[in-house]
Amino acid sequence: MKNYLTTVLCTIVMVLGSAIVAEESVTVVSFGGSYAKACVEGYHKAFEAETGIKVNLEDYNGELSQLRAQVEAGSVTWDVIDAEGPQVAIACDEGLIETIDALNLPPSPDGVPAEEDFAPGTLTECGVGKVYYATMVAYHPDAFPDNEPTKVEDFFDLENFPGRRGVHRSPQAVLEISLMASGVAPEDVYDTLETEEGIERAFGMLDSIKDDIVWWEAGAQPPQMLADREVSMTIAWNGRIFNAQMLENQPFKILWDGRTIDSGGMVIAADAPNLENARKFVEFSARAESEAGVASYIAYSPVRKSGYDLVGNHAITGKPMKPHLPTNPEHGGRQLTLSTDFWIDRRDELVERFAAWLNR
Amino acid sequence: MERLKASSLALPLIAFVIVTLLVPIFSLVRLSVYDSTVADALPKTAEALQQWSGTDLPSIAVFETLAEELTTAQQTRELGRIASRVNRILSGSRSTISKTPRRFARSDEPDARAAFIAIDEDWGELDIWHALKQATDTFTSRNFLQAVDFRLMPDGSIARMPETQQVYVTLFIRTLGVSIAVTALCFFIGYPMAYAMAHASPGWARLLLVLVLIPFWTSLLVRTTSWIVILQQQGVLNDILVFIGLVADDNRLTMVHNMTGTLVAMTQVLLPFMILPLYSVMTNIPRDLTKAASSLGANPFQSFTRVYFPNSLPGVAAGGLLVFILSIGYYITPALVGGSKGQLISNLIAYHLQTSLNWGLAAALSVILLVGVMVLYVVYDRFIGIDRMKLG
Repeated sequence: MKNYLTTVLCTIVMVLGSAIVAEESVTVVSFGGSYAKACVEGYHKAFEAETGIKVNLEDYNGELSQLRAQVEAGSVTWDVIDAEGPQVAIACDEGLIETIDALNLPPSPDGVPAEEDFAPGTLTECGVGKVYYATMVAYHPDAFPDNEPTKVEDFFDLENFPGRRGVHRSPQAVLEISLMASGVAPEDVYDTLETEEGIERAFGMLDSIKDDIVWWEAGAQPPQMLADREVSMTIAWNGRIFNAQMLENQPFKILWDGRTIDSGGMVIAADAPNLENARKFVEFSARAESEAGVASYIAYSPVRKSGYDLVGNHAITGKPMKPHLPTNPEHGGRQLTLSTDFWIDRRDELVERFAAWLNR
Repeated sequence: MERLKASSLALPLIAFVIVTLLVPIFSLVRLSVYDSTVADALPKTAEALQQWSGTDLPSIAVFETLAEELTTAQQTRELGRIASRVNRILSGSRSTISKTPRRFARSDEPDARAAFIAIDEDWGELDIWHALKQATDTFTSRNFLQAVDFRLMPDGSIARMPETQQVYVTLFIRTLGVSIAVTALCFFIGYPMAYAMAHASPGWARLLLVLVLIPFWTSLLVRTTSWIVILQQQGVLNDILVFIGLVADDNRLTMVHNMTGTLVAMTQVLLPFMILPLYSVMTNIPRDLTKAASSLGANPFQSFTRVYFPNSLPGVAAGGLLVFILSIGYYITPALVGGSKGQLISNLIAYHLQTSLNWGLAAALSVILLVGVMVLYVVYDRFIGIDRMKLG
């Protein structure tokens, strides 16, 4: 009898316990790798400590098809998703994610309201921006002992800056960088790309180096190709180059001129199973301290002005982080913010044109 | 009766085949020609556009119907899907459509037509209306046309894609070419290897088998990147060639990020699928046969070509088919080591499935690939005979 009672009691405790655990959690889906690690160390732990809500982190490949399948099947398991700009806009239009109206975004530490503190374009109908990252040119200084490249035009100048070039096999950012190198001012890039001649002009720039291009698919490839000296210069994502510089002591340098920056955002899945916790999580992510926390592990700029000001030193090596942040005004040179509107309108067409151009 | 009972045992198997094979293939075909998203979301507009002449802008009443239905679609969150469908017909129209209901609510223009044109002047052009009308067709040949580099013009006629956008036919042909080349390479390397395994002493045979299987158990990505390490300009093979003086240091060979890299890496990755069926068939060929051939006066070459090889054909057939079909759907390896010509048709199928969410086009491309493979299968059956195939 006593045994029986114990069993029943234990069962009740276990069921209640698991119910409580299930209630107090939030499933966060992100890109994995060093970025996810930076988020965990940068603020997920602080969020868990402050709210007692457990963060279950999952990886995904940045594609929407999984979320769409979940919403259509009526069994959504994700709560919060880290997504890139065009994906945020498309998911928002498709009704796969919540609008941000119900969120109470925190003001900056010195009281500036969130709407004024976030950089323009980083708060959208459905997404709350977190950090800026850059796609730009990086090079190995040993390849250019006499004169190092100083401007994005040099990437297309094989005569004075010899060596093969690494390029992402995707039109996004690559076309913009090519156009800037052809002399189009950053503010005119998208107007130019809307025209037939503009697209041909961008492909024309790429044509001039086509035989010397090594194409890459995954973000880990460019630093590897630089380290192997397979290429002398490459288009790359700044976080990857930063990791190689910081953690592997590689001598790579970034050519900040002609960079494109992009922010993406945190979004909440439609019919998220833990909606309340998801909101709390996104509100916490939107704090200046959280953004600065991420930026103390990986070289991504907080999208909030107050977050950028808070950035200090790298959490592992103790070196100052600001010189590595893509939006640092001291870099000078040309900077272009990737246009979400342009890419959701033109992406399908340009991916086909890009594939056709590769085959030419 | 007994036979009926016996065959009823196969029912679970039949159900399994239907659920896991026939239903997905059927829905794939359906997806490629049928899409009712826009027709369902904009029923009245669809009806009104059927009456539309197509030469002038639609009447104000049509604008009003569309405004009403787009607003409803925005509330039911269907708007994005409508916009993405129309965008596939007329690139650049996604934002025009998705911003319209939001701004229409705030508009103070006298009528819907003026309001629409004030929101975006594209609404004053015929193109977007033609695109909208085309999107309301539930059955469409658009996806199949696009999959072979043609397109459906707004007026319903069929034209070639502009040259700058012709891509799929080239990729189909390249995929086929790469698959045939890889199959042939696997055969020429795999046949002697399998022969050596089948005729070695048991100890050696086991060792060789392990050597074939170890790469088989290693991750595909690891094997692909190893090839980059070996073949790249500053890689192991080039270093060796420079060291022994075969090539100059400033003139290193380009063996990866081009077709050579694709063929080498894919052949190595798929080789076990050729060797294993060959090996199992060869071990079952009676040794006496070649001896008998020799004793009847055949020289070694004759006894191989006329006795041994025909007996190993079932293994060749099985291995060849396996390698060929696997390489048709391959894309990670060519994407990583293939250079500018490293894209195969599966890359774009994956892109349309995962990124652009254009499942209709992805389905049409897959159906063409499937039909192509089936045609080859029939040809193969005629010439070699599928019943001769043996996996072991």
